[in-house]
Amino acid sequence: MTRPKKRHALATRIWHWVNALSLIILFMSGLNISNAHPRLYWGEWGFEREKAWLELPRFPGWATIPDYYSLAAARDWHIIFALVFAFGLLAFMLISLANRHFRRDLVTSPREWRPSAIWADIRAHLRLKFDHAGVKFNFLQRVAYGGVIFILLPLMIFTGIVMSPGGEAMLPFLTDVFGGRQSARSLHFIAAWALFAFFVVHVALVLLSGPIKQMRDMITGGREP
Amino acid sequence: MKRRNLLVAMAAAFTAGCSKIGDTALFGALVDGAESWHRGLHRIGGARITMAPTYSRADVSPYFRGNGNRTVAGDGYSAAQAEGFSGWRVAVSGLVANPMSLSLDAIRDLPQRIQITRHDCVEGWSAIGEWTGPQLSVILEAANVLPEARFVVFRCADDFSGTPYYESCDLEDALHPQTIVAHLLNGEPLPVENGAPLRLRLERQLGYKHPKYLTGIELVSSLDGIGAGKGGYWEDVAGYQWYAGI
Repeated sequence: MTRPKKRHALATRIWHWVNALSLIILFMSGLNISNAHPRLYWGEWGFEREKAWLELPRFPGWATIPDYYSLAAARDWHIIFALVFAFGLLAFMLISLANRHFRRDLVTSPREWRPSAIWADIRAHLRLKFDHAGVKFNFLQRVAYGGVIFILLPLMIFTGIVMSPGGEAMLPFLTDVFGGRQSARSLHFIAAWALFAFFVVHVALVLLSGPIKQMRDMITGGREP
Repeated sequence: MKRRNLLVAMAAAFTAGCSKIGDTALFGALVDGAESWHRGLHRIGGARITMAPTYSRADVSPYFRGNGNRTVAGDGYSAAQAEGFSGWRVAVSGLVANPMSLSLDAIRDLPQRIQITRHDCVEGWSAIGEWTGPQLSVILEAANVLPEARFVVFRCADDFSGTPYYESCDLEDALHPQTIVAHLLNGEPLPVENGAPLRLRLERQLGYKHPKYLTGIELVSSLDGIGAGKGGYWEDVAGYQWYAGI
């Protein structure tokens, strides 16, 4: 007797929720940290308003952790969940290589990258048609998940290391990769909002595609179709 | 508009809960644990001494902001400044076999190290400057540190409503080659806002770990008796992390 195959592996589900919590806490504590010096620069250094490429608004208490301005407390949250987030991603990546989740579910083929094929996928999405014959995720899903897992999330980690003087001393080449510490800080901020945009679209699509089943499957694992 | 209010209310409830959790003792223990994890990761390998990046003169930023106290209150300091800080002394005390009191000239006569480094404030901004001064390790060697010493405490002339600024680091950071007692910034005596006449450079940590207006270097076995026991002014007053390499 074999047990029916789960739609989402246990490792995927655990990481999904640990990662979701980590990202929400990192994002909201990050907004509190941003309030300490709400200007972004390119290059290595920057303090003056004239050198800033972006002046940020002050993020309100309901959007920040903690719910009042405290750089020290926000950094506490950021420092704890940076570790949960980074090691969680590392573990998920290793397990997903071993259990072939990446190979099976996230790899795209060159054919799918043809503009006509991408356009057809986008039109199908806009008509809220989400069927994808034979594969777990359709092309746009694989691109979105792949972009988050392999580009945005590692970008958050590595730009974060550059901003930590001790981490930067350990991996000094990283600073040049991003074009300086203040550039890394700007990219950290941009990638954070790109992740927020992903979060909004992701939640919206879950709501449009049967939220109860989707949530249940991401908790219990569901059944392979 | 209603839906937006609901989302704001959800975020507000979540962060209110987080703020409550942040006040618990367990959370404090978690933070301390995470801080040591970061420090351990930054020092992984052990044998290799990691170095803060250094720059060329062309990279020096046109302005080096002075933050925190930008001068020392009181007539004593302005009088010392008027005399070119000729009477300024740095006491090396505590767990040393050979306590010393170093004048500015004595600091200048030690072997000098010049380094162009980037200064990162905990708030997020950065500046690049060229610093000159003797390595702290040379001073500590002359003072002959006793084996039970584990931390170096830095005493300062500036104060926040009566509490003089203080900071500390472990011996590994104190003996690091880039840890210097700087008396020149970009080839000139330190400006007052940057800590004249002496400022510690602790390059692999954030700006609040670089005490200005330095008057004392004290070797201790524990940080318990220093201020409220967390190892630095901002650590004690506002809860900033003692290990500021993060």
